[in-house]
Amino acid sequence: MITPRYHREIPQRYRLEGGKCTQCGEVHFPPRAVCRKCGGREMETVDLPRRGKVLTHTTIWIPPAQFESQKPYVVAVVELENGVRLTCMVADAPPDEVKIGTEVEIIFRKLQSDPRWEVLQYGYKAKVVG
Amino acid sequence: MREVAIIGVGMTKFGELWDTPLRDLFATAAAECLEDAGVEREKVQSAYIGCMSGGLFVGQEHLASMLTDYAGLKGISATRVESACASGGAAFRAAWMEVASGMSDFVLAGGVEKMNDGADATYCLATAADQEYEVYNGVTFPGLYAMIANAHMEKYGTTPQMLAQVAVKNHANGALNPKAQFQMKITQDTVLGAVRVAEPLGLFDCSPVTDGAACVLLAPVEVAKKLGKPIVKVIGAGHATDTIALHDREDLAAIPAVGEAARRAYEMAGVGPDDIDVAEVHDCFTIAEIVCSEELGFFERGKAGQAALDGVTALDGAKPINTSGGLKSKGHPVGASGIAQICELTLQLTGRAGERQLKKKPRIALAQNMGGSGGSCTVHILEVEQ
Ligand SMILES: [Zn+2]
Repeated sequence: MITPRYHREIPQRYRLEGGKCTQCGEVHFPPRAVCRKCGGREMETVDLPRRGKVLTHTTIWIPPAQFESQKPYVVAVVELENGVRLTCMVADAPPDEVKIGTEVEIIFRKLQSDPRWEVLQYGYKAKVVG
Repeated sequence: MREVAIIGVGMTKFGELWDTPLRDLFATAAAECLEDAGVEREKVQSAYIGCMSGGLFVGQEHLASMLTDYAGLKGISATRVESACASGGAAFRAAWMEVASGMSDFVLAGGVEKMNDGADATYCLATAADQEYEVYNGVTFPGLYAMIANAHMEKYGTTPQMLAQVAVKNHANGALNPKAQFQMKITQDTVLGAVRVAEPLGLFDCSPVTDGAACVLLAPVEVAKKLGKPIVKVIGAGHATDTIALHDREDLAAIPAVGEAARRAYEMAGVGPDDIDVAEVHDCFTIAEIVCSEELGFFERGKAGQAALDGVTALDGAKPINTSGGLKSKGHPVGASGIAQICELTLQLTGRAGERQLKKKPRIALAQNMGGSGGSCTVHILEVEQ
């Protein structure tokens, strides 16, 4: 079942949409109702850059049930080219290939197959560049 | 503001207590606390109880009502406080404010968590992180601290051996604590060879899943003096919050809410890190004790790992940390941990810590309790009147 909560996040998860404050230009991901920098309340939708680098990472050996089939997998904090940061899995990467500073691009992937849910859940992952 | 004293402490045994329900955990700690204080329960006017997730762990909310009833305190003003793993510290702060303000004379600060009751603890604990932008993308709670650890290792050269030494030291202390979940010593090899949870953290870098409760009773110093109690005063209180998501913080090798809460507490107390004789530091993971000790100003950034290796933070070291065994060995019933820290420090300050009592009786102590990956933190500083 697709819940309202899942549906609400689709622009971020499928299309990596951020929110740019029309008053000061601060870019938020996910978008916020109130600008963290200036308190402005008017935002415009912006596409985030797809390239970035790994700031830190880990290899998860004991995951929650819905990620069990993917273990072990790498998770990283990625800083995109415009400074926006996000946490995501690194797809198809052997653990020792991902280091602090590794260049990645953000791609669209299947994320979870929770046995309690009837549908697959999608979102963004990083992929090592080159 | 009135000066506030801790006049009684109580806690259950920590561990996997399959036979004991949530309500009895709290009732037992509260009864032990009132007995220790020598105060009749009719005198207690109010209670603040830290609990992270009764709803997820045992399917029970509305805890303030149930827990005070089962503790024999039916009818008093009671509030459940939630700030993830810092729920206990936040409850203590609320109780302290109620006494300091002059509103009430006898206020109970408690904490409880029943984590072994069939719920998926990994899932429950992960709700302390950003559900939609961290957990949805596969990160676990140990995974967040593992990412802090990798950032700290990269920036300062912290090693797995340094992390392991935190666990070895805390287990050595816990072995002397009859209420600890794990009363056993371990070696570096045990930690380094353990099953991996989230690189670079293994099973023995992580605090366990624990049931338990702890309570302390607060009263104005003037009232405590009339009761003839040893006076353990709350001289500093600091509380700070930060972004819930780790990725939104500038320096991933730091936990700024801890530094900020500490700064506020030190300022109120008029003391600094060098004045602290003993501390309970939030070691939910080995790396957390290292980073938090640096944020508290006990060591320069990047130096806390070496300090652990050198024995500085051991029971007989210059800066003993987690004499109780810490969350690592004493156990981490998340809502109770912040209060259990205050219990341990009160025992140390009054010379009642048994086999783990510090040789040189401490005068000033610090408790640091943290929520999530550092999205909230409380710091309390205590001083015993000699
Ligand atoms: Zn703005």
